[in-house]
Amino acid sequence: MMRSVLPILTVLAAILVVWYGAAVWLNSAWAYDQAAREGRELTLVDVVNGTMAQERPVLPVPHQVAKGLWDGVAGQKITSKRSLVWHGWVTLSATLLGFAIGTGLGIALAVGIVHNKAMDLSVMPWAIASQTIPILAIAPMVIVVLASLGVTGLLPKAVISAYLSFFPVLVGMVKGLRAPDGMQLDLLKTYNASSAATFWKLRLPASMPYLFASLKVGIAASLVGAIVGELPAGATAGLGARLLSGSYYGQTVQIWAALFAAATLAAVLVMVVGLIERVTLKRMGMAR
Amino acid sequence: MMKDLSSMAAPVIEAQGVGLTFETNDGPVHALKDVNLTIGRGDFVSFIGPSGCGKTTFLRAIAALEHPTEGRLTVNGMTPDKARQARAYGYVFQAAGLYPWRTIAGNVKLPLEIMGFSRAEQEERVQKVLSLVDLEGFGKKFPWQLSGGMQQRASIARALAFDADILLMDEPFGALDEIVRDRLNEELLKLWARTGKTIGFVTHSIPEAVYLSTRIVVMSPRPGRITDVIESTLPRERPLDIRDTPEFIAIAHRVREGLRAGHSYD
Ligand SMILES: Nc1ncnc2c1ncn2[C@@H]1O[C@H](COP(=O)(O)OP(=O)(O)OP(=O)(O)O)[C@@H](O)[C@H]1O
Ligand SMILES: [Mg+2]
Repeated sequence: MMRSVLPILTVLAAILVVWYGAAVWLNSAWAYDQAAREGRELTLVDVVNGTMAQERPVLPVPHQVAKGLWDGVAGQKITSKRSLVWHGWVTLSATLLGFAIGTGLGIALAVGIVHNKAMDLSVMPWAIASQTIPILAIAPMVIVVLASLGVTGLLPKAVISAYLSFFPVLVGMVKGLRAPDGMQLDLLKTYNASSAATFWKLRLPASMPYLFASLKVGIAASLVGAIVGELPAGATAGLGARLLSGSYYGQTVQIWAALFAAATLAAVLVMVVGLIERVTLKRMGMAR
Repeated sequence: MMKDLSSMAAPVIEAQGVGLTFETNDGPVHALKDVNLTIGRGDFVSFIGPSGCGKTTFLRAIAALEHPTEGRLTVNGMTPDKARQARAYGYVFQAAGLYPWRTIAGNVKLPLEIMGFSRAEQEERVQKVLSLVDLEGFGKKFPWQLSGGMQQRASIARALAFDADILLMDEPFGALDEIVRDRLNEELLKLWARTGKTIGFVTHSIPEAVYLSTRIVVMSPRPGRITDVIESTLPRERPLDIRDTPEFIAIAHRVREGLRAGHSYD
């Protein structure tokens, strides 16, 4: 236990030191400005103190962000528009829906690619091309097009989220479904097994470790997609909207609090997938 | 139970002028050339020869995993493909190749599930073949919990689970130590006596070939071909110490001579 905690704490401490240092450095200009306007002289202690509690710091110090996070999570009613829990839920629901769509699409395309020569040759280049287009260019178009069809709210964000998450699932699943070696496939041939049987008895179970590895990437990508989907067209709910309104009004503490909320959400989601992975693989006898 | 194996040896596998050429980037590889061989019902035939002489290729051709480019090959009077569709044989590969996500019983059950046996019959057969290979009580274990020898026995059980009357084995004991190998050889002979199956067996070991077989097929490479077929004069009942008898040593000597003759070109 100590062995794994100590390095983590060391890294954390180093980050905090650098962060505080950078905050003092970046926020000091404003403190000097203030002092010059009031005709005061500043000691070093004054400067440091003056950078710790600004309303709109260039870089908020860690304890300001922590306070912002705490206010947003515990200091509000969950239904309040200022509650990070509420915004987090809005983003989370789009993330989960997008993840489900993306995973389904990724798996379906992978199955097609592995079983169909024409799909093998045609789908992959398009899938790769789709990921080379910046999501920031796609997102507004998806929102606008879907809005013109009368679809707003959760679904457009989920579509963007799915757009990002299907790719890792597709790549991982193609690799996983092709993981069985020649001997394992030949064995089924000697039983005269149908390709459906080969899929259910061999390819699918063999692909599980690959699937879970890519699901972890996919769920994080889903969250990024949902947040990006909240940026255009002046959305008012979700962590993305919090980021956006924070930057409109120079509320840097709000931005950082939303960033940390998003990061925490991502970490929790990846951990949940990891947990399901452990349980599943253990049940299958593949974890050791 | 033991069938009368010596009489009425109906041809199970018949090869006439079989050739098999792989087209590779470095030009054609003649894995088999002009192979003529008849294997009767209940025969135990070993294939022996230096690496690359086409032993695996011939076994795979019988199993319809490769297709001859020349000649005629029949299994139970059918084409190998038809025989495969009729589920005529069980194949044991060099590696046990058990599925890691299935228990030992689950692995043995695999062919039964695919062939559509009923649940009750699956259970019954799994128990039967696991005890046949001396693995009772290991059904619930996962493959990685078993030794290499036990895994290989499980893979033999898997090939025995459905009633194929041909058993094709490609160096099944190649990776095992001498002692384990002796035990498994003995068990394989018993199993053969009990089931009356026709067995094709690839090996690199002369004593193993002589101990097990009713016939020993000596092959040589470039192009892969049969250079000698030796009929064993040993009785079907074979305790392990038969390997010290003059008769055994004489047959082993003939096999060695045959192997040497195949090498005479270089
Ligand atoms: N799929 C393939 N494509 C091309 N060449 C092949 C293929 N399979 C086998 N060969 C070639 O055919 C020849 C016979 O191979 P085979 O595997 O039957 O030999 P073997 O007698 O089983 O050898 P070993 O004792 O090493 O297992 C070799 O020269 C090999 O390189
Ligand atoms: Mg071989």
